[in-house]
Amino acid sequence: MSAHDLIDTTGWHPICALDAIPVLGARVVRTPDGDVAIFRNEADQIFALRDACPHKQGPLSQGIVHGQTVTCPLHAWKIDLACGEAIAPDQGCTPTYPVRVQDGHVHLHLVSLSPVAGS
Amino acid sequence: MQKQKLVMIGNGMAGVRTLEELLKLDPERYDITVFGAEPHGNYNRILLSPVLSGEMRLPEIMLNDLDWYRDNGITLHAGRKVVAVDRRRRVVRADDGTEATYDRLLLATGSNPFILPVPGKDLPGVLAYRDIADTESMIEAARVHRHAVVIGAGLLGLEAANGLALRGMDVTVVHVGEWIMERQLDRVAGGMLQLALEAKGMKFLLQHHTSELVQGESGRVAAVRFKDGISIPADLVVMAAGIRPNTDLARQIGLQCNRGVLVSDTLQTFDPAIYAVGECAEHRGVAYGLVAPLFEQAKVCANHLAHFGIGRYTGSVTSTKLKVTGIDVFSAGNFEGGDDTEDIVLHDPGLGVYKRVVVRDNRVVGAVMIGDTADGSWYFKLLKDQQDIHPIRDHLLFGQNGLGDVGHKGETLAANLPDEAEVCGCNGVCKGAIVKAIKGNGLFTLDDVRKHTKASSSCGSCTGLVEQILASTLGGAYQTAQSKDKPVCGCTDHSHGDVRAAIKAQHLLSALQAMKALQWKTPSGCATCRPALNYYCLSTWPHEATDDPQSRFINERAHANIQKDGTYSVVPRMWGGLTTPGELRAIADAAEKYAVPTIKVTGGQRIDLLGIRKDDLPKIWADLNAAGMVSGHAYGKSIRTVKTCVGAEHCRFGTQRSMDLGVKLEKMLFDMYSPHKVKLAVSGCPRNCAEAGIKDVGVIGVDSGYEIYVAGNGGIKTEVAQFLVKVKSDEEVMEYSGAFLQLYREEGWYLERTCHYVERVGLDHVKAEILEHAERRRELFERLLASLRGAKDPWAERVEAERATALAREFETLEVSA
Repeated sequence: MSAHDLIDTTGWHPICALDAIPVLGARVVRTPDGDVAIFRNEADQIFALRDACPHKQGPLSQGIVHGQTVTCPLHAWKIDLACGEAIAPDQGCTPTYPVRVQDGHVHLHLVSLSPVAGS
Repeated sequence: MQKQKLVMIGNGMAGVRTLEELLKLDPERYDITVFGAEPHGNYNRILLSPVLSGEMRLPEIMLNDLDWYRDNGITLHAGRKVVAVDRRRRVVRADDGTEATYDRLLLATGSNPFILPVPGKDLPGVLAYRDIADTESMIEAARVHRHAVVIGAGLLGLEAANGLALRGMDVTVVHVGEWIMERQLDRVAGGMLQLALEAKGMKFLLQHHTSELVQGESGRVAAVRFKDGISIPADLVVMAAGIRPNTDLARQIGLQCNRGVLVSDTLQTFDPAIYAVGECAEHRGVAYGLVAPLFEQAKVCANHLAHFGIGRYTGSVTSTKLKVTGIDVFSAGNFEGGDDTEDIVLHDPGLGVYKRVVVRDNRVVGAVMIGDTADGSWYFKLLKDQQDIHPIRDHLLFGQNGLGDVGHKGETLAANLPDEAEVCGCNGVCKGAIVKAIKGNGLFTLDDVRKHTKASSSCGSCTGLVEQILASTLGGAYQTAQSKDKPVCGCTDHSHGDVRAAIKAQHLLSALQAMKALQWKTPSGCATCRPALNYYCLSTWPHEATDDPQSRFINERAHANIQKDGTYSVVPRMWGGLTTPGELRAIADAAEKYAVPTIKVTGGQRIDLLGIRKDDLPKIWADLNAAGMVSGHAYGKSIRTVKTCVGAEHCRFGTQRSMDLGVKLEKMLFDMYSPHKVKLAVSGCPRNCAEAGIKDVGVIGVDSGYEIYVAGNGGIKTEVAQFLVKVKSDEEVMEYSGAFLQLYREEGWYLERTCHYVERVGLDHVKAEILEHAERRRELFERLLASLRGAKDPWAERVEAERATALAREFETLEVSA
């Protein structure tokens, strides 16, 4: 695959089938940006966050997903999946990434991955 | 939807808490308007005492400042008193003519101080002690005057007296009763408290009835005269002879009132559009004055206002845990006792310690304590839960020792700790930080403190200390004791006991099904309740219930322990702590193959491989499986290890073959899922090299058989295992310990270790089930074996699992491709 093939001016990258992510679970995507966790909740909503808790960088992908929240497996901080903010009174924020489902496939938006944006 | 109008009369703690609860449940339902007679936002009335004594300043005790009302879209009319309500047109009118219409009206008018009807009660210099204005007047008076007289030696009176004394006044407390605080303390405790307060310079006149407040030449009060003719000088008189529910408005508009405004279990008055909460309300004959019951009312009232309609307020049992000027005081329930009660008393005047627990039919019905109140919340819990105390009577007065052993320098009493003392050793939280958070953020409960400071939120060993700090910071506001009726988490109002019973009765087979059947408030629960529900379903309906991997903590999902850097640790099982050259060789090979950075021998007599990447887990399992090894379950709420000593096989002192029995027990219990981790040990003689005395089940070989001990713990709080029974054969050890563990599996609450479980249900209950009824013991044992039948190694299962399922693929990292 040449570098040219990777050009995606929109920045959207196909990741996996929706069904490859367990309901109320997550998968980890290795990207040049670092690990990104893609979550799926009981309403089949999809969220993408950097796989690091703002507290001590715990892998959020390994946490328990409930509603629009994930509980970090290391010290049980709760992170809002939609905005990446820690639930009060904890304070901190994890970057989020745009993510969408098309034809049963999950796509992740990573501008920094695009050679166009990167060059 | 057109918003409805909610008007609240009164702007105090109970009312505003109701609004806060309502905004949490349904922020969009109402346009809210609040009338408050005082020109402030909502402040913490309980902290007026530290303001008076100079320890705190007014801005520090504000709970809801004016911004809060604005941010929540609430119209606040501060400093305006409502004078009329037209119930037919549903309009309220304030003293300045401001009107507001309502669909729902909430009365939260609080209480008024009781003013003695004596001549001179309206003189300058005569005050009640109720609000910010009173407090400021007292501070002002202390600046220029000398003699203060406080009428009434209840909590409020003593706090006022203490504050005024600290501000340099010469204070006399006058009381009609035979001893001080007679509503909260018995005669002995009252006397001890008085002695302690006298040592601080306060004076007392007991059994004195005030007849007149005498005016001086300046027009201000100058003396207090009593019925017996004597009089004492007074430049300031504080009336603290009690409070009365403020029902003036309610009576005026024709609402049914007794002592307070009568309310139903949903906090509605006789006019269903009008609610009442707080000190103005009377529920089932009781008008409450402490904060904790008022907050319970607020919760139910908000629930009803939000049209949830499931909450019922059924009354509160209250306890008083206070710090009266540095002296800890606690009382709860019927501490006076009666003809049918017994007193258990510990009294050491030299140490200033007095504890009296009142008991009827082996249940605690009341308690009063002074000096050492660390165990107050425990007695209160025993009282609330109506627990049979017969098995613990002999050491009841010595307390629960609810504190863990370590992590706080052995300190057990919070009152005298300096601010910089570390209270929570896990999260490095000092006393000062906790006090600051309580005051600064208006915290009232243990959960609040845990959320804001993290203190006691990890191992929990300092919970007792944190509770004491809460009590001494908040005084009477703090309601201790988490009863066994406490809800599982914020997603439900059901307790662990309710949930277990419902899962059994309704044949609920998965966490999701249970949440639906029990009307969970959240769509998919939370990280606290889901694992509990999953466990309850699986333990109640083995082979029938569906295990939900997403309702298990990652360690149980990945069959390995997550480490701080996101890698995992792998512990292969070594039955009874025994291994072979082949196993050791396979472990060494795997460690090299997967570049394991750290290898450690564990306390459970096996080997821990640390620092393994998640992607490698299935591979290393396959390699270890190939050498005949299986998962050690070092990660689970499950059977961990059976620790053994060498025993009669080799040891010159050994009386029994402990290694052999240990291996048999460990094989029997393989893959056992339980409320929390379970550790066993078998020692071959009473020298007890396997440390069986601190295990969930500890077996000690003696020449004539085995002694079985249960419910020990070597963790946060060292708990010595209790003797259960002595048996003769290996088979009996397996049956008795298996039956005990099955009882724990069926009755224990999730995350409750065996020591906590046995403390809750009592060892007598365990003995009754296992020793007295051979039939029940055998049934328990058979149910254990049945549920463990067909147990598979979770590693092998995962390795063999059809990799097409999303679940199995959890271990694979995805790569971005274009």
